[in-house]
Formats: sequence, C-alpha cells, structure tokens
Amino acid sequence: MQEIPGDLKFMKSHEWARVEDKGTVTCGISDHAQGLLGDLVYVELPSVGDTVKAGNACAVVESVKAASDVYAPVSGEIVAVNDALPDKPETINEDAYGDGWLFVIKPDNLAEELEELLDPDAYGELIESEDH
Amino acid sequence: MTQKTILNDSHRALGAKMVDFGGWDMPISYGSQIEEHHAVRRDAGMFDVSHMTVVDLAGARTREFLRHLLANSVDKLKVSGKALYSCMLDEQGGVVDDLIVYYLAEDFFRLVVNAATREKDLAWITRQAAAFGVKVAERPDYAMIAVQGPNARDKVLGLLSADTRAKAAKIGKFVATDAQGPDGMPLFVARTGYTGEDGFEIVVPQQHAVALWDRLKDVGVAPAGLGARDTLRLEAGMNLYGQDMDESATPWEANLGWTVALDEGRDFIGRAALERQKAGGDHRVMVGLVMDEKGVLRHGQRVVTARGDGEILSGSFSPTLGKSIAFARVPAGAGDALQVDIRGKLVPVRVVKYPFVRDGKACDGV
Repeated sequence: MQEIPGDLKFMKSHEWARVEDKGTVTCGISDHAQGLLGDLVYVELPSVGDTVKAGNACAVVESVKAASDVYAPVSGEIVAVNDALPDKPETINEDAYGDGWLFVIKPDNLAEELEELLDPDAYGELIESEDH
Repeated sequence: MTQKTILNDSHRALGAKMVDFGGWDMPISYGSQIEEHHAVRRDAGMFDVSHMTVVDLAGARTREFLRHLLANSVDKLKVSGKALYSCMLDEQGGVVDDLIVYYLAEDFFRLVVNAATREKDLAWITRQAAAFGVKVAERPDYAMIAVQGPNARDKVLGLLSADTRAKAAKIGKFVATDAQGPDGMPLFVARTGYTGEDGFEIVVPQQHAVALWDRLKDVGVAPAGLGARDTLRLEAGMNLYGQDMDESATPWEANLGWTVALDEGRDFIGRAALERQKAGGDHRVMVGLVMDEKGVLRHGQRVVTARGDGEILSGSFSPTLGKSIAFARVPAGAGDALQVDIRGKLVPVRVVKYPFVRDGKACDGV
C-alpha cells in the first residue's frame, strides 16, 4: 500500500484532489481504490471544457472485475485530462497519486467545497475502518 | 455463516484478497489477476477448488439411476476412470446444475457439482436416487486443487510416486486415476479443468491438502484466484452456472446442446420438455461476442437486436485478447449485427464462434 501524500484531500468514495499552485485541482482515485478494483483495463475520461459538479459522476474506471464511477471532488470546468491512460490504464494501479491522475478541474467554488473533503488522516481512518 | 476451505490460511498467508463466493471465503487473487491468468496460459497455475462438492454414488443400480438423472448419457462411460460433463435438468428442461461424473465401478460413480448449488443439488439427487436404492454420500473430507497450464501435468507428475507417475502420465483427457503424492498421500487425479488448458484436477484428503499445495508451490506452480479462473474459463468458452444458465434456461438456450444425448429409449428428467422445445425451433440462443471498441461487457447489460432485446450473461475483459468478450442470450434469428447498451451508449459487437482462445492464442475469427 502506497503512503498517502499529505497534500491531498479525499472523498469518501475514494477520489483524491490536489490543489496546485496555480489554483487548479488535479484529481484521481486513491491507491486503496485501485487495490479494491484490481487490474484496471479501461478508463473513460470527461472532455476538456466539460462542466462538472462536485459529487457527480464524470469518469469511469473499469477493472477486470468491475466498473466504477468516478465523482468530481469539486465543481468547475475540466481543463486537462490524462490522455495517456486510455492506452495504459494500469498506470493507475502502479501510481495512483502520480502518473495515474485522471483530470484537472478549474474550480468554481474551491474554498467552500474543499471543506467537504477529508484530510489524509481522516481518509486513512476511513479505509482502516472499511478493512475491518 | 461463511465456510472456509482447509487452504484458507494458506491463501491469507500469501496475501490473497478474499471474497464471498457462494457462501465460501475464497481468494479472488493474490495480487494481479491478469498475471495469474497469464501464468496459467503460459506455464502452470493452481486453484483451490475445495469449495466444490464431491458426491459419491453407490449401489448396484447407480448407472441406471444416472441414465435417468443426467441429460448426457453415462453409457458413453465404458472404462473405469472415464469422466463425462453433463447437465442435470428439472422436468421443464431447466438446468439444476452442471457437473462432471466419473465412472469408477459399476456400483460406484463420483460426481463433482458446484459449490453455490450444493444444498439444492444434494436434495435433488437424494430425492431422485431413492427409487433406485442408490446411496448418496457427500465427501466433505476431500479438498480439491486444480493445476492448469501447458506445464501443469509435468509439474504434478514430478510429485507422484514412480509407479503411479507412469500411470497418471498416460491417462487421456477426461480420464481419472488413483495416484500417490508426496509422502504417500493418496490422490485422485483427473485430467480435467475449467481453463481451456491441459492439466489435472486433484482430489486430496483434507489432511494432506496444505502439504500438496506447498509442494506444488515449491515446484513453481503459481497460486491463482477465482478472478483468473473466471477469465480463463470464459476465454475457453465454458459456461458458469448461475450466470450463463440456471433453471430458467434449457441446454438448447445455453449452447449446451452438445451435452444432451437423445439416445433412444432413455427417459431422463427433462427430456420431454427438451424435445418439445427443439421441435418448436424458435427458442433463444446463446452466442459469443467480441467488442473491438474499448470498454468491458458485463453481466446484465442489454443486447439490442433486430428481433428484440437479449442480455449479456458472462462478460469480462479477456487478458489474452486484450479486449472484452462475452456470452449473451438473444432471441432466435437475432443475426450478427448486435449492439450492447453500455451506460446508455449503444456499442457494436461481433458475434463469433467460440472458444475465444485455444492453446494460448486467439481462435480464428475472434
């Protein structure tokens, strides 16, 4: 299990969000989530320019076992997607918090929505409690 | 209550991810299910299948009983040790379960039936057996390990005693023999499987199962979980009970017509219903699908055809082909131009003859 980087925020549904210096938010699924899903074989990403709303599904990741919706951690506009993933979805298994990022959002309402997300400690406790 | 096989601690010690499967706590994978899949296609892997139910049938009229119980004909079994795949049907021709029957002696046959259907099967078999005076005994004292892959037989044979090794090396496909394993453990070794690869399924007394598992691991057989087992059997074109057929489908509707023997004068359960359906000719059929676009076909997805809707039965990603494959049940005459509804989007799929994969390679047309 990869260590949870300290600069991330999490949804209970296992998405992570990192606020970059320029104010955009990079998003992905947690290392715990990729472990639950197993070998990923397909990723469906949103399009650049799409408007997404916090808590709404905006991407799909599929493993051999199951398909899972990915929810937007914050509201805003998609300004980048990880084009390398559709051909190499296993990148998410290998590096969920780095090269396995899914999309970048230019947020509308960051300060308020950030409050709703879990910090790494709270997320760590959540997955700990799910394991037992 | 969740049941555990005797190998449960071995799986946990290997770091397996465990899931509930038909009431059993079983390993879905030990890390990457795709790597486990490739290990079986390219070398040798092993599966704990101890959750499957071994049922011994004893009595002078056992063969006669099986002529009545099974849709395939046990009269094909002429030599001791020979095995046969068959469906067990209800009066409506629906599939109660699929199983393997081994002919061991005229008054002694062995069945291996599914885990999730254990109680239903035992009740059904016991009820039907009464009229034939056949004794039905479940064998919870046995564990089962399936060793599969191009190098599986050699690895198993290397663990057998010299005299039984020669005998086990010679058995043909769908034949079983007794053998002696490490430290003299008594084994029942069958050249059968559920992966499309050569190999053995080994019935072993529970108290020896952990030692056998460990010895197989020592000679380089890779532990593989139920996840890999599912993708392997789907590539090999093999049905999964409960997903591809159950009481709501007949063998004709589950592409299992090849297992039905309409031999003259044999009155097996469900025969009349099967003959009626066959004469009607317009029943649903099961087809193999390949999707060339990205995405994964899944159980329950709607299949759109010119003759109305069908549905995906088993669907998954095929590690060998690198794309998605599935079985689907569709209306008669649905043709080849089908689409599957994936999250509201209609995606074209191709109808193909299966198996999808044989000898580790894609079959023609897939």
